[in-house]
Amino acid sequence: MILTRGTVRVDVESCKGCDLCIPACPPAVLTMTTDRFNQRGYRYPELSAGCTGCNACSQVCPDFVFEVWKYDPPIELPAGLVDGSAWFRTVATFREDTH
Amino acid sequence: MSAELISSFKPDLLQTAEHELCPGCGHSPAWRVVLDVIAELELKPVLLAGHGCYTQLMTNSDLDSLQCLHGRAPAAATGVKRMLPDTPVITLQGDGDMVSEGLHEVLHAAARGERITSLLLNNGVFGDTGGHMTATTVVGQRTKTSLEGRDPELHGTPIDVSRLLAQIDGAAYVARGAVNSPGMVARTKRMVRRALELQMAGAGFTFVEVLTMCPTGWFVGTAQGPEYLEESMMATFGIGELKAPAES
Repeated sequence: MILTRGTVRVDVESCKGCDLCIPACPPAVLTMTTDRFNQRGYRYPELSAGCTGCNACSQVCPDFVFEVWKYDPPIELPAGLVDGSAWFRTVATFREDTH
Repeated sequence: MSAELISSFKPDLLQTAEHELCPGCGHSPAWRVVLDVIAELELKPVLLAGHGCYTQLMTNSDLDSLQCLHGRAPAAATGVKRMLPDTPVITLQGDGDMVSEGLHEVLHAAARGERITSLLLNNGVFGDTGGHMTATTVVGQRTKTSLEGRDPELHGTPIDVSRLLAQIDGAAYVARGAVNSPGMVARTKRMVRRALELQMAGAGFTFVEVLTMCPTGWFVGTAQGPEYLEESMMATFGIGELKAPAES
């Protein structure tokens, strides 16, 4: 189990696959997909356990893809991808909420 | 267990997260910094912008704004500030707009000590019109019009506009930041905040240059943009406050 202090929601369909969030992530819990793409054909980041909610990904992202949350208290998660780390799989759902 | 929202997808002042900027562009992280500082300081500024890729971010922002002729944003801002002296006035320009096309405007605004804050998003290329060389393109940098790299014998050397402005008495605050890493973004945010606070305190002309990535114009991969910025532009120009009043 891995101590996880925060989480990010990823707007998959807004991502342009630039990779800037990957080296920016201090605990290195973001990884780019290699065989899955969004509807525009870009790869996108997925979250693994261990996020600290530090906000670094959001600060460097050119496409406003991340919403950052911090847990209180921290939680324990099994190693590997966080369940549901790719949150907004359909454009329609996301746009209805925020646009 | 509860969860606290640390950061929304986009700044509240940005009306939509959609934009047509290229993958890996540094302009939107820089603009996020500016909008976050405006919101944190609870300012209602007037924004005067030039022409460039960043213009679409300006038009998507919930700010009173005006697009000016190339390079002329500081002149238009002078008029706005003199008619509305209590209103924060911000100019937003790129290096092509400010340094190549209208350098005298920002120099004269600084010399007059206009109480405005000028922001320069410097990526070393005319991104909006195809990626050709600007007056800030660093030596050796490849652009559409310097495919073999900028040659000082042929093209001259880049203009360090922040260093020029720092020598002018009317300039109260001059700083240069970047957005190629989370640490640099945080540092740049402090610079923008200080510039706006000094403007509201009536200190004089304030200026923040932000080095931004343009992987499309630089002919590098998006993931290499931050490193290329560090090795080229940051190595040439440096980062930090070039001129600042003593902390009160």
